[in-house]
Amino acid sequence: MWEGGERSALDDHLAHGGYRYATDRRNLLLPALHAVQSAIGWVSHGALNYIAERIPVSPAEAFGVAEFYELIATEPRPARVAYVCDDIACRTQGVEADLRILEDRLGPPGAAVGDVMWMRSPCLGQCDKGSAAFVQVAGGHDVVVAPAPAEAVIEILRTESPRSSVPEQPPVPGTSLLSRQATSLRDHLVGEGYVALRTALRMGADAVLDEIEASGLRGRGGASFPASVKWRAVAAEPAPRFVVCNADESEPGTFKDRVLMETDPYGLVEAITIAGFAVNAARGYIYIRGEYPVAQRRIEAAIAESRKAGLLGGDIAGSEFSFDIEVRRGAGAYICGEETALFNSIEGFRGEPRQKPPFPTQSGLFGRPTVVNNVETLMNVPAIVQDGGEAFAEIGTAESTGPKLFCVSGNVRRPGVYEAPLGVTTREVLEIAGGATGDLRAVLLGGAAGSFISGSTLDIPLTFEDTRAAGISLGSGVVMAFTTDVDMLTITRRIAHFFAEESCGLCVPCRVGTVRQEEALGRVQSGTATLADEAERLSELDTVLRDASICGLGQLSTVAVQSAIELRLIGESR
Amino acid sequence: MLGAGGGTSSYEEIETTDCIVLWGSNARSAHPIFFHHLIKGVRNGATMYAIDPRRTDSAEWADTWLGIDVGSDIALANAVAREIIHAGLADTAFIERATSGFDAFAEAVEPYTLELAETITGVPSSAIRSLAHDYATAETAQLCWTLGITEHHNATDNVFALINLALLTGHVGRYGSGLVPIRGQNNVQGGGDMGALPNKLPGFQDVTNDEHRAKFEAEWGAEVPPEPGWHVTEMLEAMGRGDITAMYIIGENPAQSEADSTHTVALLEGLDHLVVQDMFLTRTAQLADVVFPAAAGWAETDGTVTSSERRVQRVRAALEPPGEAKDDIAILFDLAATLGHDWGTPDAEAIWDELRRLSPMHAGMSYARLDDLGGIQWPCPDENHPGTPFLHAWLWDDPMVRDPAPFTPVEWVPPVDPLDEDYPIRLTTGRRLDGYNTGVQSGGYRSPIRHGAVIDMTPEQARDLGVDDGDEVRVTSRRGSVVVPVRLTQGLRKGLVFMAIHNPDDVDVNTLTIDAWDPRSGTAEFKATAVRIEQLTTT
Repeated sequence: MWEGGERSALDDHLAHGGYRYATDRRNLLLPALHAVQSAIGWVSHGALNYIAERIPVSPAEAFGVAEFYELIATEPRPARVAYVCDDIACRTQGVEADLRILEDRLGPPGAAVGDVMWMRSPCLGQCDKGSAAFVQVAGGHDVVVAPAPAEAVIEILRTESPRSSVPEQPPVPGTSLLSRQATSLRDHLVGEGYVALRTALRMGADAVLDEIEASGLRGRGGASFPASVKWRAVAAEPAPRFVVCNADESEPGTFKDRVLMETDPYGLVEAITIAGFAVNAARGYIYIRGEYPVAQRRIEAAIAESRKAGLLGGDIAGSEFSFDIEVRRGAGAYICGEETALFNSIEGFRGEPRQKPPFPTQSGLFGRPTVVNNVETLMNVPAIVQDGGEAFAEIGTAESTGPKLFCVSGNVRRPGVYEAPLGVTTREVLEIAGGATGDLRAVLLGGAAGSFISGSTLDIPLTFEDTRAAGISLGSGVVMAFTTDVDMLTITRRIAHFFAEESCGLCVPCRVGTVRQEEALGRVQSGTATLADEAERLSELDTVLRDASICGLGQLSTVAVQSAIELRLIGESR
Repeated sequence: MLGAGGGTSSYEEIETTDCIVLWGSNARSAHPIFFHHLIKGVRNGATMYAIDPRRTDSAEWADTWLGIDVGSDIALANAVAREIIHAGLADTAFIERATSGFDAFAEAVEPYTLELAETITGVPSSAIRSLAHDYATAETAQLCWTLGITEHHNATDNVFALINLALLTGHVGRYGSGLVPIRGQNNVQGGGDMGALPNKLPGFQDVTNDEHRAKFEAEWGAEVPPEPGWHVTEMLEAMGRGDITAMYIIGENPAQSEADSTHTVALLEGLDHLVVQDMFLTRTAQLADVVFPAAAGWAETDGTVTSSERRVQRVRAALEPPGEAKDDIAILFDLAATLGHDWGTPDAEAIWDELRRLSPMHAGMSYARLDDLGGIQWPCPDENHPGTPFLHAWLWDDPMVRDPAPFTPVEWVPPVDPLDEDYPIRLTTGRRLDGYNTGVQSGGYRSPIRHGAVIDMTPEQARDLGVDDGDEVRVTSRRGSVVVPVRLTQGLRKGLVFMAIHNPDDVDVNTLTIDAWDPRSGTAEFKATAVRIEQLTTT
């Protein structure tokens, strides 16, 4: 098979290829684009054509995929590009001052100066640090710096081979999910690692499913769907089946999954393996956000080490169960956190969501039955297997069982990831984090796709059922505090800007509506219109986007804005 | 084939078949509508083989491409047959019931071992074996071909070699299994159906058959000559001898479409009188004494066309033809009137109904039914007949009610134009996606993927010749010579170059090609020309 370079005599008379071959290899497209991007800092037309020929896929299709992703450049770019967070959590910490310095020193965002460039970025998942930068390094490793004051960003852009610099969150003894700090197999085994997997292999798949059901575990990604229902549905479908771990944590204000992957990578590999065993899956995938290079390296190391130790791959721990895990790197697209968009992204297509049904349990990754769970959801699995589903169900409330991680940021004294049983109130979570730094005006619950709350709503128990009854959502566990000195219109407009930027463009209402929403808030902010002038338009957009978008991005893109209007956080006193 | 001049299967069958063998066809470029059906089959899980000297756009869709040397098709087909027989994969029950001449056939293919085929074709024997096994063991299989099979001096033998494979495996006469020669134009099939063949009356009725002739003579009130006429290639020979001195050409451009075109133009110029009827003032029309401007066959004409799956469909005039142009029937009616025969007012449906009275295979196809059913596949003998999606179901009658289908043993012979030291490179010709035959209909439109007149070769070949992409080279065959720019591509190999036929006004590839032809089919060996290629010294 001739694939470029020198040809052998055989290539003159014989080639294997065709639709099946191309279909089987299409999923290599994004990794190939990443490889070129990482090597030279952009994907040239020559490189794109070469990749297209090698996969093979038409160059136009390949280009359509390349230009979909923020981290893949289809125009020449400098060797080092810093993405500096200007999203809502960092704005509460005054990041604009640093951005002004960067603009003075390095020119406007997106303008190449020598071999460096900086850009404004949506949330980088370092919300407890107050500022953060992700740096793409051509010919080297991408790095993260947080906190990232202007001087640190400039310094790292000047460094030939920069290194990541992020303070680790220390382990929290006595918690279920945050007590571990094991970045080697040895540490993991010392901390009773892989006991749960061995237990599961001994129990058998049905017993594991029974324990998951008894635990009442619900998804932590935002949809709170019972894990056992998903798993049983997939187990009942014909093979091959897949397990996908959604580690594309991109919801503004969310950073718990990054912390879990960085502190307990083996735990996640073990959890995915247990899920694979429970549904008898052929393969597992972890789709990790592109801006999480540290987490990715640790997960990759955990997979390699586990494989070496016979705890992953063929005949795991002598059980005759074979299962392996592949890491896929995202490339800067919030939408890929939507499960079907994530499948498309792995498969080598533009990360656009699919129409549901069919649901992933029937037709997921590569059109096969697929369990897709968020990192935090899966991280609860080893404990459930080890201690039993009933023990897990004793934590929290009857319908919302187990511990939950909260990503506390904004105007609080001790931002960070905290674990508390489901049923805790927002006010209590804030107290755990040391309380607000000033007069609390509102809390953004659930992230950009969540809503602002204040007053007595802060005392609603954070359970799936109570939040649903109150018309709010726990989302990904974001608790972002805003004190009275924060300009809430700027914050709200930044949220609107986020959705306008991140809409994949598949559904017209979302593609156009998210932009219109931001424009309306822009007019209010610039003073060319009052909120009263725009309220009807914003309300109509809210209706249209809820009704006519096929995925959560569009459906939830107006929630925060509407809640801000409802709570009078914006519009009256500027 | 097997006594009927059309493909055996419906397009839809290739969408659900298990095995597709595309032999000597770049259908993706040359027959894109058919290829859409084929792609559906591939997407539905069919295993696909492509057999072609070039790794074409079509071959890229194949699970396996067998890059045979030009003109080695029979060696490959015979080796596939031998392997099927030796592996015990022949459909013996079918062979015994529905075919004749198997023993002689088996004996004839016996020398064609996989090793011999590898030597002749260049394709590894293991791949030939896979083709044999996959084709023979498939539940259903479609064997498709086009001009890579028929534009050879031994075209008919090539086709027989493929028919033999279908008879050997029972891949014919069943839904999903068939022999599919794909036609290059929307109505090539219709031309043959209507008797535009030297030895046939409409409906494939033989001119030598007194009964058939009598029927037409009664309807037409005129005598039909009982001897077969001539193929185009025979006509050219007759012109050379002076046996033809006048010619009436309708919708053909032989000045540019025939092999060895310098010779063809000289013959046309030597005629006493030449009449050409065409929508365009083609190169041939420019040589004519009288030109009849014709309406476009679609949009300006009422009538029917027949596709490769034998489906007769109506076409309807939507526009008046421009200027003095008239539709073909009106021109013929006017000509008849001038010659003293009043045929009345031209009426496409009346002519069609006459055909239905004369051609049993069309008898059931009224315009009303063609409208209602969206076209009908022949044969359709009466107005209650639904048409025939696939042919030769009779092969599966048990017991057989017709004569069994004969195997036709054929031997491989190399192309007529041999490679030697002076002409060491094999030139093959063909079509591109955005070009149509001599470019008369397609050359006037812009296309972003048109390369113009170029000679395709691999980078390795170009390096050997000391030339680069875009450099002009002189290409010389035993008959002529052209200058043409080089285009580097990957689908070829050293010793094999390709030119499209669409740009005769810029570079007339047919000054190079050989007019060796198959007397049984009248097709010339466009696919195999020996050439040498020389770098043009830059001044």
